[in-house]
Amino acid sequence: MAVLIFAESTNGKLKKASIESISYGARIAKMLGTEATALVCGEASAEELAKAGTFGAQKVLHASQMPSHFDPQLASMLVLKAVEKTGAKTIIFSHDYAGRSVAPRISAILQAGLVSGAVSLPDLSAGFSVKKNVFSGKAAAEYVIQTDVKIISLLPNSVPTEQTNASPSIEAFNDVTSGYVSGLNITKKSIDNSGGILLTEAELVVSAGRGMKGPENWNIVEELANTLGAATACSRPVSDIGWRPHHEHVGQTGIAIRPNLYIAIGISGAIQHLAGVNGSKVIVVINKDSEAPFFKAADYGVVGDAMDVIPKLTAAFRKFKLQNA
Amino acid sequence: MKILVCISQVPDTTTKISFVDNDTRFNEDKVQYIVNPYDEWYALVRALELKETLGGNVTIITVGTSAVDAVIRKALAIGADDAIRIDMDPADAYSVAKSIADYATGKGYDIILAGKETIDYNGSEVPGMIAALLNLPFIALGAKLDIEGNSAVVEVELDGGIEVIKTTLPAVISAAKGMAEARIPNMRGIMAARTKNIEVIPGTASALVSVKKFTLPNSKSAVKLIDPDNMDQLVELLHSEAKVI
Repeated sequence: MAVLIFAESTNGKLKKASIESISYGARIAKMLGTEATALVCGEASAEELAKAGTFGAQKVLHASQMPSHFDPQLASMLVLKAVEKTGAKTIIFSHDYAGRSVAPRISAILQAGLVSGAVSLPDLSAGFSVKKNVFSGKAAAEYVIQTDVKIISLLPNSVPTEQTNASPSIEAFNDVTSGYVSGLNITKKSIDNSGGILLTEAELVVSAGRGMKGPENWNIVEELANTLGAATACSRPVSDIGWRPHHEHVGQTGIAIRPNLYIAIGISGAIQHLAGVNGSKVIVVINKDSEAPFFKAADYGVVGDAMDVIPKLTAAFRKFKLQNA
Repeated sequence: MKILVCISQVPDTTTKISFVDNDTRFNEDKVQYIVNPYDEWYALVRALELKETLGGNVTIITVGTSAVDAVIRKALAIGADDAIRIDMDPADAYSVAKSIADYATGKGYDIILAGKETIDYNGSEVPGMIAALLNLPFIALGAKLDIEGNSAVVEVELDGGIEVIKTTLPAVISAAKGMAEARIPNMRGIMAARTKNIEVIPGTASALVSVKKFTLPNSKSAVKLIDPDNMDQLVELLHSEAKVI
């Protein structure tokens, strides 16, 4: 019956998405009347590991001796060993790079039904069903998992965390992978120096499109983002013509995000772009064209020229921050 | 180089989504279907580029009834050599992946490519499952793919930067934006596609999960317009009304 949660620690800290998964898994364990075990991969202090307990895990299996780069095959092996050890019948991942790499492998090997990108806690009233977004966020579907072992990968920033303040038992979990030789040779080519707010984990996102007229005008977008402590994103045309890097492209064929606040500047709001951002809790649209379709999906709108409005908005945020400091 | 490219039929990106049969089934009325963009623009085109430089063969494989033949012809028109259609309803990722893996077993494919996810069910599950079932290495979200000798070199764009992952072939790789540039089929390709072979074989697995009900998002209330000269008001609303800052 037990619940196993796959979690990652980078630079000594549990990832935000992993904390969400731990809390989610612990809440499911409570619903099922069983225990939650977090498998934490990567260096982490005892204090950091105790956080897993804060968010509801009773046990931590700590695989501290991990290579510096995420190795999906090693992670898969660890998960299978942890499933064996805990007898887990429910396995939770975060729907990020690690989850996308590992969860399908585990699902196929265990022949266990997988729902990836879940946005709700499961409904246990009739079987085991869980909701996820489909058609790139244009709709949602309730999936029933028919197998005994169930796997869910949780969409980041979709289910609120809950604190329980338990103190977990911590057990080293390194021996199981001794002798493992990776079939993958992984190196890092470039480090992102953009300030370190991960777009997929960001609660505030400032995004801009062709209305900015050229890449040379992005400094005011970045200034707004820095003032807010927000990540930056862009529309597809802007990444296609090389004004901004591909990994900033949000939309149906880019990445899907669901921040608390999405500020869209000079983006018309094509249905493909909306598909990637319509999970945002609040949307602000700034566009000089009052007929831009994005206004129909917005909570707040400003009709005006980006070059004129952005500095004013940045100044207003600065003033707000000073008053609330 | 023997390459298998997994493709999926999806509704055109501009499709307005609705459901029928008490919200248990996607409404296919007037829907235009396309090849899933990640499968076509990136996985298939990169496979064709590799074939053009290294020689070999590009086969596409899909799971579906004869209704998907039109999108198979589209992929053949872009340049794939031949196609396999596994004749069953693609009920979930596992049944699709298992049927494809069973077909591919022992066929000697050097690379199995697929898009990173489909734009309809957004699972990102099939390629990883195929890799597990065939006991092959799997690299997700490849934004660049090159072949060096008997290895694939894949670049993956992550939030923290770019990772370069090298693996020996055969391997399964999922394609993200950047791996190739979309191609538009020309008349010669479209004519040639008409006579290319589509082999039809039965499926070999059943589903592990199923959809019970679809829902559409609640419609937004009307936008609140703010005077561009009063950004203080917008900030105040985001703080006290929307409570996001």
